[in-house]
Amino acid sequence: MTDMMDTSANAPRRTSLKGNSALVARRKRRERLLMGVGLGAILIAFTVLFILVASLVSTGYTAFVQTQVTLDVHVDPAEISEEQLPRGGFQNVLTRSVLDLLPDADPETDLRAVRGILSNGAQFALRDQVAADPSLIGQTITLTVPLSDPYDQLNKGNINRDTPESERRLNDQAVVWFDQLDQAGRISTPFNWALFTNADSRFPELAGLKGALVGSFWVLFICFAVSFPVGIGAAIYLEEFAPKNRVSDFIEVNINNLAAVPSVVFGLLALAVFLNWFGLPRSAPFVGGLTLALMTMPTIIIATRAALKAVPPSIREAALGLGASKQQVVFGHVLPLAMPGILTGTIIGLAQALGETAPLLLIGMNAFITSAPTSPFDASTALPTQIFIWADSPERGFVSRTSAAILVLLGFLVIMNALAIYLRNRFERRW
Amino acid sequence: MTLTAFLILLVLAVTGYVMNRRAASALTADGTRLHSLTHFHGLYALLTVLVPVFVLICLFLILETPIINAMVMAGLPDGALDGLDTGGQQLVLAEIRSISRGRVFGTPEDWKLAAADRLVALYGWFDILLIVTVIALSLAILLFTRRRVAAEFRARQASEKIVTGLMVACSLIAILTTIGIVFALVFEAWRFFQMVPLTDFLFGANWEPQIPIREDQIAAEGAFGWLPVILGTIVISFVALFIATPIGLLSAIYLNEFAPHRIRAIVKPVLEILAGVPTVVYGFFAILVVAPALRGAGAELGVPISPNTALAAGGVMGIMLIPFISSFADDALTAVPRSLRDGSLALGATRGETMLKVLFPAAIPGIVGGVLLAVSRAIGETMIVVMAAGLMAKLTINPLDSVTTVTVQIVTLLIGDTAFDNPKTLAAFALGLMLFIITLGINVLALRIVRKYREIYD
Repeated sequence: MTDMMDTSANAPRRTSLKGNSALVARRKRRERLLMGVGLGAILIAFTVLFILVASLVSTGYTAFVQTQVTLDVHVDPAEISEEQLPRGGFQNVLTRSVLDLLPDADPETDLRAVRGILSNGAQFALRDQVAADPSLIGQTITLTVPLSDPYDQLNKGNINRDTPESERRLNDQAVVWFDQLDQAGRISTPFNWALFTNADSRFPELAGLKGALVGSFWVLFICFAVSFPVGIGAAIYLEEFAPKNRVSDFIEVNINNLAAVPSVVFGLLALAVFLNWFGLPRSAPFVGGLTLALMTMPTIIIATRAALKAVPPSIREAALGLGASKQQVVFGHVLPLAMPGILTGTIIGLAQALGETAPLLLIGMNAFITSAPTSPFDASTALPTQIFIWADSPERGFVSRTSAAILVLLGFLVIMNALAIYLRNRFERRW
Repeated sequence: MTLTAFLILLVLAVTGYVMNRRAASALTADGTRLHSLTHFHGLYALLTVLVPVFVLICLFLILETPIINAMVMAGLPDGALDGLDTGGQQLVLAEIRSISRGRVFGTPEDWKLAAADRLVALYGWFDILLIVTVIALSLAILLFTRRRVAAEFRARQASEKIVTGLMVACSLIAILTTIGIVFALVFEAWRFFQMVPLTDFLFGANWEPQIPIREDQIAAEGAFGWLPVILGTIVISFVALFIATPIGLLSAIYLNEFAPHRIRAIVKPVLEILAGVPTVVYGFFAILVVAPALRGAGAELGVPISPNTALAAGGVMGIMLIPFISSFADDALTAVPRSLRDGSLALGATRGETMLKVLFPAAIPGIVGGVLLAVSRAIGETMIVVMAAGLMAKLTINPLDSVTTVTVQIVTLLIGDTAFDNPKTLAAFALGLMLFIITLGINVLALRIVRKYREIYD
């Protein structure tokens, strides 16, 4: 086709497309190239997602089990007496029962090293058991307690036995001891319930997510309790009642802009207004929930307005025609029909709020707190801030704990999004 | 105690509903024709009790602690606070509060113990005051509404007026939030600029916010020039956009024009997953996988790569932005009228040529809007850079080096520090104000471009 312009040639030009087959082939090749590059771009995104999940699973799965050792503990009345409870030489008693299992360990010189085999939390487990039942004093009881982090990592294969002793966290003697315990059938690796029933701890083998889970629950609860009614109220007013004037335009622009304000700015707002001016408590899930509510509100307003818009005018007209007032139409007919869409948007907004970290850092929800909060006004962490704290901790055990916490967080997000999709498919009506 | 107050309010409000509804029903039983349905008479009572008393309780909760604190501090013996600055006074107050909760460390002075007792007593009195006020006010309003039940009372209009008022209040919260953000940032930043001149902040090339906390402490004087910080932000955002823009655009082109329906049905949700991953997870991914991999690659090639290289933070941020850009570009391409595509194909252009020479140029405004929004996100993104970028501000544009960003500085300056009287903490608000202005400007620009472009075809 392009050659038609060439008038200098005398011979009649062939106008068949066949003559341009080389050109067509080149153009087709270019198209395939574009297709290939596009597919490649998607593959890159997929690969990264795969690496992300794979690295989290491969480092995190070991934290879902915990290495434990079963000991025959003689609760020695010389160390532990009923009058002194809950004080007593629980650690000495435990160390002695480990020494009994290790024939070649010297009770004098190796005492410290053998004590290090057990987790620091072991003595408290024994203490609580004896304190609950003082008649155990003088008896021999069977007790299963967690091992300390280095031995836990050795059992899970995170410490390589082939690395030279000087570069390993455990010396050869420690490895031998561990193998002796293992051969005696004392080592077990059950599911790590402590990950969900313990709060945070300095010791990785004892650290759990309970405080973070309870904290996140309160944060989300407050966030929902504030943002859901306020968001729906604002959306109904703007969509159904507000006169179309400068003021409602201004509110609309405002809401769209709020949705794009960086989350850390909301943290600054919370710090200056909620904590500094109103004097609300620091690190409290109540303040975290309020802050996230301000961030979630635009999402809910936008979703609610879309859901209200999707309800056909015939519904409104029918209700109006039967003599209902404008508010009766909205609250009695339009709102119930729009509810599935509103709930879907709300759940997605809450899922975003659950993963939000930066504003919570600024209001101090990254404190080290070893007990779960009992009310939304107690100092607490939340799941994402707990991940941030653990990611900062240098101990090896916290790496797998961090990945495990992330997997738990992602699990919750998947559940919430699945719920949103289910609601959308099950209840949303197409008109 | 607050919970009790709310419960009492709820019970009284429901009582009001039942009472007024019954009264209205009694009227209809007599054969009177009411203006409003009995239900609205009940609703009117419920709302008139609930709304004002609820607001009262909230106000009380907000004001309670500051007032009690002020009363306790004012009641301290003369001379107890002599020579203490704001921070010292806060410490005394915190100690009194912890004593009042039964946590006594050492042997506090007698006046502190007395103040703690006073604090506990005041809280007790305030609780009683709250409960009494709630009950009295609710009952008074109940009585008032009960007397208004009559055949001609327009209960529906009255309660609908209250509901409309509530909805207006809800929409005003959105504006209040914006005003709150602007006011908090401007107020604290203004205090900062009283200590550090604006020109030093805007044009200074040194960012060393560590300042002596005590008089006798030896530390740097502190320098607050934000140029290296904003430069670091630009470097990391540039790296992120350098990765996200081509990948995002190309995948949008493929999805929009070439992908079979089945592939599209799989790829779109997967990209949404990528968008839904919390940023703290991306941050951990950057320090767990990407940064060590980059350092290893650098060691192989003999290039020194900093452990906190901007490449790691920027790269991971780019991954986070891929779905953002791709969905924006996909929408923009879909919005191009069908006629343009059909015309181009009818003239013999291949689908690739149609995409690159017709659809893509037509969609450019929408795509640019999307990329601009991605830029604003990259600048405001916090957790990835807090975890993976550096803390030291350096005036460099080398992405292999460690740089810091505005958001990193905001978070590190404010973590674990609550004293609002020194330039170190207030500097975070000045940075926050700049961040807010920049992102707001970009957002407004992007939305304007997107809107203007839509007007052409609609």
